Amino acid sequence: MANMTLNLKIWRQENSSTPGKLVPYTVADINPDMSFLEMLDVLNEQIIKKSEQPVEYDNDCREEICGMCSLVVNGIPHGNQPKTASCMLRMRHFKDGDTVTIEPFRAKAFPVIKDLVVDRGAFDRIMAKGGYISVNAGGAPDANALPIAKELADMAMDSAECIGCGACVAACPNASAALFVGAKISQFTYLPQGQPERKMRTERMVVQMDEEGFGSCSNHAECEAACPKGISILNIAKMRREFARVLFR
Amino acid sequence: MTKNGFLKEGNSIKVTLPEGHISEKWDNHKFSMKVVNPANKRKYTVIVVGTGLAGASAAASLAELGYNVKNFCIQDSPRRAHSIGAQGGINAAKNYQNDGDSIWRLFYDTVKGGDFRAREANVYRLAQTSVNIIDHCVAQGIPFAREYGGLLDNRSFGGALVSRTFYARGQTGQQLLLGAYSSLMRQVDTGKVELLPRREMLDLVIHDGIARGIVVRNLINGAIESHSGDAVVLATGGYGNVFYLSTNAINSNATAAWRCFKKGAYFANPCFTQIHPTCIPFSGEYQSKLTLMSESLRNDGRIWVPKKKGENRPSNEIPEEDRDYFLERKYPTFGNLVPRDVGSRNIKEVCDEERGVGDMGRAVYMDFADAIQRLGKDVIEDKYGNLFDLYEKITGEDAYQVPMRIYPAVHYTMGGLWVDYDLMSNVPGLFVLGEANFSDHGANRLGASALMQGLADGYFVIPYTIGNYLAGTKFDKVTADAPEFKDSEQLIRDFTQRLLSIKGKKTVREFHRELGQIVWDKVGMSRNEKGLKEAIEQIRDLREDYWKNVLVTGDAGTLNKYLEFAGRVADYFELAELMAIDALHRNESCGAHFREESQTSEGEALRNDTDYTYVAAWEYTSEGNPSILNKENLEFEYVKPSERVYK
Repeated sequence: MANMTLNLKIWRQENSSTPGKLVPYTVADINPDMSFLEMLDVLNEQIIKKSEQPVEYDNDCREEICGMCSLVVNGIPHGNQPKTASCMLRMRHFKDGDTVTIEPFRAKAFPVIKDLVVDRGAFDRIMAKGGYISVNAGGAPDANALPIAKELADMAMDSAECIGCGACVAACPNASAALFVGAKISQFTYLPQGQPERKMRTERMVVQMDEEGFGSCSNHAECEAACPKGISILNIAKMRREFARVLFR
Repeated sequence: MTKNGFLKEGNSIKVTLPEGHISEKWDNHKFSMKVVNPANKRKYTVIVVGTGLAGASAAASLAELGYNVKNFCIQDSPRRAHSIGAQGGINAAKNYQNDGDSIWRLFYDTVKGGDFRAREANVYRLAQTSVNIIDHCVAQGIPFAREYGGLLDNRSFGGALVSRTFYARGQTGQQLLLGAYSSLMRQVDTGKVELLPRREMLDLVIHDGIARGIVVRNLINGAIESHSGDAVVLATGGYGNVFYLSTNAINSNATAAWRCFKKGAYFANPCFTQIHPTCIPFSGEYQSKLTLMSESLRNDGRIWVPKKKGENRPSNEIPEEDRDYFLERKYPTFGNLVPRDVGSRNIKEVCDEERGVGDMGRAVYMDFADAIQRLGKDVIEDKYGNLFDLYEKITGEDAYQVPMRIYPAVHYTMGGLWVDYDLMSNVPGLFVLGEANFSDHGANRLGASALMQGLADGYFVIPYTIGNYLAGTKFDKVTADAPEFKDSEQLIRDFTQRLLSIKGKKTVREFHRELGQIVWDKVGMSRNEKGLKEAIEQIRDLREDYWKNVLVTGDAGTLNKYLEFAGRVADYFELAELMAIDALHRNESCGAHFREESQTSEGEALRNDTDYTYVAAWEYTSEGNPSILNKENLEFEYVKPSERVYK
């Protein structure tokens, strides 16, 4: 495959209090084996050489596990490849001469900090309300003291694979965080270690989720489609059943 | 006294170790250490820098004990620290497989794997605490892999003859980090931990000879902020990104550790950098990082190259008799599971012989065809599915059909800030945990041991040793507006302004890439005197050019990623030079450090225990002057130094 030239439209915004806009750029010599972020690196080199300010975007591990990258590519969080985060998206999925629009994740609970960088602190605050098992270092019984059925451990692991990127929120018409919260609640609900705090955890996390300004889930399932780890919306159903247990205790 | 003008000879360092047989030292020490009264713990504030396995576990555990903790990280959330990228697993001497494992065996393997350049007592403690880590992690709700009977599953991992590695699919680091993060967030909720994300530590503040705080840049608005406390715990990871390309995350960097070095903390064994054998090969100049393929793959993948040079048939058309399974051929006992350094050097060697594969000829095949035939595709998919997916996303190739192509990449740094048995640096009150310190892996780290060490340090060592320090130290009241903080803030502002004012012609990335190439070529998988001396000259020249010709745009009072990079790269020049000097002075091959002048007639690494059984702990002097080489002599009382033979 030959190298490509792309027309980019990138969201530029000075800070959270000034309005932003889409700014056009052209990048040439894009190798199809490049990652999407490497393409942005090339663009930023061009911008810096003109003594202008490079585009700010969050990224860290570039191997789809830290959850820091958060781009909306042509209207889809993390782009159109299934189960792929922005950092793992490759340029071979684009064509020479394509116009590519790049925006930040958008949600009331994720305010823009600058350009494509958003504040996802709301996720940490939800986690602080119950996304844990209360165990202090030092007091645990032997790791094999409590057998756990492989199927349950595997289901817990399916939920635990969430990377906390927030694409689910960005994809949801209601900007709901139900998939993120549901996945954590489900992980602990499947495991015996999660039972003692089961109700309290669900209640506190769901309440915090609402307080952060995330919308309600109305079963669009856009979250599952956008999730780079393919976390299932069954986690949301699980969360609802758990929440019902809280209401009718 | 200078040697070649590169270094000054310093002193020998005496480390006080607890009394007793090695198996009793930690227990004896735990009893003899001072303890802070529970009611007094809330009077102390501990600064923890970093939220990876070591940082998050330390912050959570210290808060559980009742200390006030201020926890800083560079990312937007503590959950993103690069421990999250570790794939393969975590070792623990549980002997659940009944295959002869024990604390002693894990201790022995680690000392031997580290090629007799680690401190025995620290390693023993690491092996001891490994069993507690797994207990704690299971209690945290980490969904480790299990067998159908409900018990934990294990796999064997590079360099080990027993199955002691616990894992959670190919995302063990992620699950362990999220476990530590969850404990940390629980403490955030109790108010014992104040979380300060998007902050980069730029200086260590010393008052009256002891570490009392740090100065950070707020990465959102550029503000330079001072934070005071009673002790500083540094858990900022390794310095692999000095090579530009590595498996580290983009934001992983050496700045926090390097600024501590410049404030007097010793930097130990900087030349001990691990090159991991199995990574996705480099494909072009635009490349920003390298991606690891977990070495657990070596349990089922067979590594080979064509027998003849310049072979141009596709892999599936090369018959068995024309393939060279070079690791199985040369190391029949360990085969494809040889330790990382041995694997990496052999891969480099066959590529140097022009038998490498792929467009650039810098790769070897890792082939799963036999394993798929023997076990079925389902089993392979269950074990490694996510790794095969990752490989396909990056390369566009299906490794169930064609062999993977792999090549070594910089992965881990065994060197780091020098610490004593209590994990305290030579600067009192500055503790260093995880990859940021030097202590447990010697010259080479075994697979699945990094996660173990990070968590051992954070959950089970620092909670005891910091109490001993705090209870035995008298503290002046120091606040963040003390003159030491103000001076440091001013120096940082000047440094930043200097970078912005150069307005040269080359970008930070261009400089970093050039530096990385020098370090990779001459301070990489194999080193020699001539190359190292050239590297030192080239690094110095490039550094000089950097300060005249770098182009950093934007300003200091805003989110400015390239300004952050610019500061880190400035530090990499100095660190790279020290790495080369350390590699030059250590005229022996040991672990990951291969000096071409020191090899056996068969081309294997030749250690020199007579002259080099010590830790090189470098001490900063001043700008432009050589660092001082202090030596901690290592004694091997329990594991007698032997040649590492993996044949």
